[in-house]
Formats: sequence, C-alpha cells, structure tokens
Amino acid sequence: MLRYLLRRIGMIVPTFVAVTFLSFMLIRLVPGDPIEVRAGEHGVPPERLAEFRHQFGLDQPLWKQFLDYEAQLLHGDFGTSIVTQDSVLHAFFQLFPATIELSVCAILFAVLVGMPLGVIAAVKRGSGFDYGLMGISVTGASMPIPWWGLMMILIFSVALGWTPVSGRISDAYFIDPVTGFMLIDCWWSDDAGACTSAASHLILPTIVLGTIPLAVVARMTRSAMLEVLSEDYIRTARAKGLGGLRVVVIHALRNALIPVVTVIGLQVGSLLSGAILTETIFSWPGVGHWLIESIQRRDYPVLQGGTLLIATLVMLVNLGVDMTYGFLNPRIRR
Amino acid sequence: MPLLEIRNLSVEFPTARGVFRAVDGLEMTLDAGEILGVVGESGSGKSVTMLAVMGLIPYPGRVRADVMRFDGTDLLGLSPRQRRSLVGKDIAMVFQEPMTSLNPCYTVGWQIGESLRAHNAVPKSAVRDRVIELFRQVGIPAPETRLRAFPHQLSGGMNQRVMIAMAISCNPRLLIADEPTTALDVTIQKQILDLLISLQRERGMALALITHDMGVVAETAHRVQVMYAGQMVEEQRTDALFAAPRHPYTAALLDALPERAVGHARLPTIPGTVPGIDDRPAGCLFNPRCRFTTERCVAEPPPLAGPAGARARCHYPLDAPVAVTA
Ligand SMILES: Nc1ncnc2c1ncn2[C@@H]1O[C@H](COP(=O)(O)OP(=O)(O)O)[C@@H](O)[C@H]1O
Ligand SMILES: [Mg+2]
Repeated sequence: MLRYLLRRIGMIVPTFVAVTFLSFMLIRLVPGDPIEVRAGEHGVPPERLAEFRHQFGLDQPLWKQFLDYEAQLLHGDFGTSIVTQDSVLHAFFQLFPATIELSVCAILFAVLVGMPLGVIAAVKRGSGFDYGLMGISVTGASMPIPWWGLMMILIFSVALGWTPVSGRISDAYFIDPVTGFMLIDCWWSDDAGACTSAASHLILPTIVLGTIPLAVVARMTRSAMLEVLSEDYIRTARAKGLGGLRVVVIHALRNALIPVVTVIGLQVGSLLSGAILTETIFSWPGVGHWLIESIQRRDYPVLQGGTLLIATLVMLVNLGVDMTYGFLNPRIRR
Repeated sequence: MPLLEIRNLSVEFPTARGVFRAVDGLEMTLDAGEILGVVGESGSGKSVTMLAVMGLIPYPGRVRADVMRFDGTDLLGLSPRQRRSLVGKDIAMVFQEPMTSLNPCYTVGWQIGESLRAHNAVPKSAVRDRVIELFRQVGIPAPETRLRAFPHQLSGGMNQRVMIAMAISCNPRLLIADEPTTALDVTIQKQILDLLISLQRERGMALALITHDMGVVAETAHRVQVMYAGQMVEEQRTDALFAAPRHPYTAALLDALPERAVGHARLPTIPGTVPGIDDRPAGCLFNPRCRFTTERCVAEPPPLAGPAGARARCHYPLDAPVAVTA
C-alpha cells in the first residue's frame, strides 16, 4: 500500500508539467495578450504597450517564458494577477470555499438521491419504476449545464419566484467569511434569516450541478446492485433469516459501493468543469467564475495557476478515492 | 410425525420458451435425527428442492405443494416474517461454493455473529464467546485470530467450516447440506463430511445431505432418495439400495462407482445428460438413457410405486424390494 502510494505521488510531477504546459500554450493561442486586452480601445501608444510587455516578461521567447514559469513554480510561487496584482494563491484560496461548498452540495445531492433510486430500481428490476428511472437518467447524464441552468432559473426563479436568481446570499446580509463556507458561517453567526437566504441561493446551483452525477450514480448503483444481488453470499444472507432491508443494504449495497465510489471519484474532474459553467450561470463567486474571467482578461498567471491548483486537487481527490476503495474492498487491503 | 414432510412439491420457472418445471411431484420425509442422502446428477433439481424448503426460490419461480410441513408448521402458509424466524434458526443450509457464499466485505466472525444476533440466540455480550466456541466445534484452529479474517484470507475448506459454524450457530433441528464438499479438494472432502456427521450425531439434528456422489451416501446416509430431472425416482434405506437398486438410473449410478467397477477396463458411465427445458421426453423422463426402455416407457410416465419407504418410479423395477424394517 505504501509503495503504491509513493508511486501515485511520483506520478503527480509529470502530470504537473503536462498541465502547466497545456494551460500555458492554450491561453496563448487565444488572440490578444493581457496588455492589449487591458489597453482596449483607449489608444495607448505602442511604445507604452511594449514597456508593459517587458515588465511582465511577455516579450521573451515562449520557451524562456515557460521555463521561467516552471522555475517560479518550483519555488512555490504561483505568481500574481496581471489585472489585480493579487497573489494567485491567495485569490484561489479565498474563492475556493465557494466552489467546494457548491460541489460538495451537488455530490451529496447526487449520492443521497441517486443511490437510493438506483437501489430501488435494482430491487424492482423490470418494473415501471426501473424503466422510468433509467430513461430519465439517460437524459440526465447528457444534460447540457448552461441550458439546464437557464431552464431552472426560468421556471423556479422567474416564473415561480421560489428561489433567487444568482449569488450566494441576499445583499441584505453581511456575513463575516470565517471559514469561507457560507452555510457554516451563517450558522455560526446565529442569524436564521441569513441561513435561509444562503440555503435558498444554494438550491438551484446544487440541482443543476448535481444532475449529471446523480444520473451517473443512479445508473451505476443499479447495475452494481443487480450484479451483487445475484451473488451466492446474498442467498446465504437470506438463508440466515435476515430481513429484506438488511440483506439489501448491509450485504448487497456494501459490496455495490466499491464500483459506485470509483464512479463518484471519476466524476470529480467533470464536476469541477461543470462547476465552472454553473458558477458562471448563477454568478457564484467561486474559482470557476474567476477562471472564466481570467480567460476574458487574458490574465495568464491566474489562468495557469488556477488550472494547476484545480488539477492538483483533482489528483488528490482521485488518490483519496483510491484509498477509500482499498478501505471498502478488504480483498485489496494489505 | 416426521420433522420434514413434503408431498407433491413442484417448482416452476417461467422462461422465454415456456414454463420449466425444475421439480415435479416431489415427495420427501425426514425424521428428527435422521440422515437422508439426496442423490442425482447435476441438474436433477436437488438444489431447487432444498431452496424451496428454505423459501429461497428466486423470483419469478413458483412453488406449489400439497403438503410442505416442518415440525407440523405449514411452510407455504408462513408470512415472510414467520419464515425468517424459522429459516437460519430451526432450518439451516450449507451451500456448495464456500468461497463465494460468504460476504467478502465482512469478517467471518462478524458474519456468524450476525446469525446469532438476528435470532437472539445468545445475549449480545456473549456473541463473541459463542462464535469462538462454534469455531472450536467445527475445528477451526486459533479461533481468536481467525475470527477477524476475511473470507478471501481463508482456504475453501476453512470457509466451508465457517459456513457450517454459521449454519449450526442457532442449533437447527434440520441441516441441509447442498453438495458441501463438491468444490473442495479430495483430501478436505472427507474431513468436512466427517465433521458434518459428527455434528449431526452430537446434536441429534436431522441432516439432508445432497450430493451427486453415491460413494458419499454409502458411508453416511440412513436413507437415500434418488432424483432425476426434477422427480424422485427411487427411495430406499441405504443398505437396501446398495444391495438391490430398483430403478435402472440408481443401478447405473452405482455401476459408475469406482469400487464397483473392478474388472472393467473403463469406468461405466451413463451416456447423455439430464434433460433440461428443451429435451424432456414423453413418458418416463429417463427413457432416452435407459438400457431397458420399452414402448411403454416412451408412451406413459411411470407412477411412483412399491411399498412405502422403498418406492421407485419405473414400469419395470429391477429387483423385488428388500423387506423394510422400521
Ligand atoms: N432460477 C432459476 N431459473 C430457471 N431455471 C432454474 C433456476 N434455478 C435452477 N433452474 C433449473 O432447474 C434445474 C435443476 O437445478 P438444480 O436444482 O440446481 O440441480 P442440481 O440437482 O444440480 O442441484 C436445472 O435445469 C436448472 O437449470
Ligand atoms: Mg445443486
């Protein structure tokens, strides 16, 4: 297990280089550099622009810029935003709790709703419920987030007026960002109104971001359960005179969790890309929103640093999932 | 009154090609403390019969019987809750595949404890001690450490001992062992069989020993019931059956025993296989493989006939039945 862990950690370094290289090259393929975008149509003289480019090292050859950037990263320096002069690391950690809050809520929603649905579908296989759920989940798994988000806003915010359209909390409240997690901060502040407001702001983004993982989790749970329910040890559990719920949950679901957790782990990467879209639609002040803005402003250090930090987190989560896998499956535990 | 009494049991599975009757008109009685050997080739319906007794026939299988009683209780009339309190406690079962019959996610100790807890067999605080005691009884060395092992860490023979410990944990009055040694190494087979017999003797429980091996039956069972294609084709006391089999199928099974085949160049085998859903013949189900088939065998299914306790389902039974005592 330890050797496996070390090998996995060893894999992180080449992945790092690949991620920085890709984000470095891709953003430079977009026409216009940060200086041009900032100067806009103000008619800044070309000499002045050249001076700015020199200041940020943008006049160097690409390979030199890249190596300088890697060297800078090696010193633990993620750079500063060309636009705001803020440290990238600092900005990231300020915004990241909002993204985590949204992602965790979406995953919880997907698991808490999707898993029971998948279990019921498997236990009642071939029933109307089973066919209905599988039909819906095919649609859900391929739901385009921007369209889905707008539809939800149109129905629940605009037509019904049940939920707010955007943001994390109503302007009427000011909550001190102690942890950065709005729900927790509100709860600490002991302000019931703020809590309700924060929760109601979370509902739609959670559903929109959670829809795809929910569909995936439901399908995976169903197929894993179908396989497990036909295993010999399920018959043994029944032969012991155990109740149906106990057989399904303690004996079957426990085994079905192994593939389901893997699938949830694999969803984390696409969940973060979904979070970027969802944050943009709901003006959710997280890293996704921030990254999209950095593209618009060609803020190279922010985009590169932010992408790298997100990639790091995805790798850590995948590692965590593999650890959980070992914990869930005694056969690969050492 | 017999402990287990079954009359005219049928188990049917609807399939794409029509209803398949896996067990047909089966009769079975088993007294307290008795060992019944149930023999037949693979696919004869032995497992399905026993799963029907346990109430474990998977959906959409259908179970019907004129009588299916355990200790006077009608098994088919039980509510699911009543059945659960009986199954695993008074009737327990050991399966063929020890490696896949235990849940890979839990320790073997926990899985045995679960049976004890489900039936409140011992106070909660005594569960662990009882599991250790059970491990000793089934001959698992170093119970305190084995308790914490997962099934994949134990051998097939050890896992089968665990299965047996689990089955006897609540002191069943009927133990069903469905080919308990088929999946094991030859050297281990004898040990497990001896264990089952000694437990049966110590506890005076009834044992239904299912096997496809006549040799196993010869050494252990008091009575033998031979099954073929879902039907009981012969029943006799073990010594009588070995001395004078009445059904040609039984005779063929006995001829295939290595110790009876001395002098033959090759071990005699029964040509063909047990008919499945597509190839059940008219008349006697054994007629395509029988040496003595006549027109009558092809035309009309034979009834179960002969004196009680020594019946055979054949138009032309081989020998006159030996006198049955008791
Ligand atoms: N769940 C099921 N659905 C359909 N057919 C089944 C099912 N279980 C068993 N059968 C069929 O019933 C017949 C008897 O099977 P079984 O009792 O397992 O034989 P064995 O005597 O080897 O234990 C076989 O032909 C088998 O294919
Ligand atoms: Mg069988």
